[in-house]
Amino acid sequence: MCGIAGIIHRDGSADIGAELTAMLQSMKHRGPDSTGYAMYGQPDDLVVVRFMLAEPNNMGGFGMDEKMERNRAEVEARLAKIGADLATIQTESGGYAFRATVRYGGDLKPLADYLEDIDGCEVLSLGNSLEIVKDLGDAQTVHEQYQLGNLTGTHGIGHVRMATESDVDLASAHPYWAYPFADVSVVHNGQLTNYHVWRRRLERMGHRFQSECDSEIIAVYLAQQLENGLPLESAMKHSLDDFDGVFTYLVATGSELGVAKDEMAAKPLVLMETDDLVVMASEEMAIRALMGREVESRDPFEREVLTWQV
Amino acid sequence: MAGVSTKSGVVYDARGLVEPDPEPPMTAEIDGDSAVIDATDLTTRKINLELKRVVYDEGVNNVTIVNPGSKHSLGVGILKRCNITFEGSPGWYACGLIDGPEVQINGRVGWSLGENMMSGSVVVEGPAGSLTGAALRGGDLVVKGNVGARTGIDQKGGTIIALGSAGINTGFMMQRGRQIICGDVNDGLGDSMYDGVIYVGGNVASLGVDCVPGEMNDDDVEFINRKFEIYDLGTPPDLKKFECGKVLHNYDALEPSERKLVL
Repeated sequence: MCGIAGIIHRDGSADIGAELTAMLQSMKHRGPDSTGYAMYGQPDDLVVVRFMLAEPNNMGGFGMDEKMERNRAEVEARLAKIGADLATIQTESGGYAFRATVRYGGDLKPLADYLEDIDGCEVLSLGNSLEIVKDLGDAQTVHEQYQLGNLTGTHGIGHVRMATESDVDLASAHPYWAYPFADVSVVHNGQLTNYHVWRRRLERMGHRFQSECDSEIIAVYLAQQLENGLPLESAMKHSLDDFDGVFTYLVATGSELGVAKDEMAAKPLVLMETDDLVVMASEEMAIRALMGREVESRDPFEREVLTWQV
Repeated sequence: MAGVSTKSGVVYDARGLVEPDPEPPMTAEIDGDSAVIDATDLTTRKINLELKRVVYDEGVNNVTIVNPGSKHSLGVGILKRCNITFEGSPGWYACGLIDGPEVQINGRVGWSLGENMMSGSVVVEGPAGSLTGAALRGGDLVVKGNVGARTGIDQKGGTIIALGSAGINTGFMMQRGRQIICGDVNDGLGDSMYDGVIYVGGNVASLGVDCVPGEMNDDDVEFINRKFEIYDLGTPPDLKKFECGKVLHNYDALEPSERKLVL
């Protein structure tokens, strides 16, 4: 099933972590297996690197603490070697997830490739404003584990996952970063039935994927279209023709947030829009959980594509 | 799998979603023939238990549920004539399987409003999600906003009225009953319908398989005017009629008794 949520403040920053948590926790029934956030703060000269060095399910093994220390040191060494000047690095609760900030003006792909070459390392996000946090459990659990109450930002998207076609692990958890494009992320509810066609097509263009999840295709596809010079809305409209299946997805960049529904409208979305704030979720109860009151909302129709600027 | 019992006596299953406590919360404020249930701190199960207690055990005929909070499956399975008002928005599957109540919803509703409803009426002041009136068997569903995709899918009777527009595959596999959609309708109207009638006021993006334009007659006009008058909906717009072409499903070969069994 899965549930998705998005929020964009058009009048400045807000407690985006806490807001998404309220929405996602109210949709726990749509997916209790893992919860993820893609949050956008004010753009910075520093590049934020969110990465993990092991799946949480593997943390109980012998020697994992030493391996984490060894691999973290290797991350720092490789960052230095590629010319990324490490500003900060912190270990999140659990010992397998990390947040680093670096001064780096080069191409992000070699940086991401170099880090992911380390055994067990997966780069969750790279960018000047994007931070992806995801882990097993419900929203409240992840919120507390990563202290998301401290995170402010202008917009964000989130996902609660009910594992259906892949494992309960971080590799299969949303959101997906559009590797290796800065600040592009996607959450998705549905299934792409021409996943393999598009994966092969994008791989032939030089892209690589971190997971076996169809949702990651959407992120990379859209980021490639943006790279080609298309506006986000146009890229999303193209996706409705290129992707088969049933889906509602949310996409975010450093300055925009968008939603697209497939031609069958098989996956739900409810939307509330004011001059300052746009909130959307799979179910209206998530909007109520945020707003704390009745609000006017609507269900976008099939093939609707909507985007908003920060 | 065994449940987990908390100090408060609530029992949850492994996913924390089930609450098998069968006792109503006894929180309704009853005043003669009227009652108010505040749903703020109640789960779906508790709200429905309290609603049934008030309607069946206390014999109250006018129940108002405040702060429904978009919770799912509210007001389902009420099999008695009574008046139920939601002050706010229920979520998905509202008022399914009801037989008799007249329901007023001062808000919006999510997917599958009035699924398998047998008789009575539901009036929604706002929009409704997809699958509104799925497998509707009887009674009236009135939505004053838009309705989503597959409105009246597998409809077997009753009437669905939407003052706004409707989504894709409205009336998909409709078997009987009527729909009045005052706004536009997206692709695939009445796809694979067996029977029934759909009236549309706006543009139809495309007709589904075996859905064809029909001729409006005096009975149609009388029916539409009567429904609009009952629900105080003003003057109906100019409507076009669509019905089954009866090519896809060859029921002409069936005896009337067999036809009744099928439908």
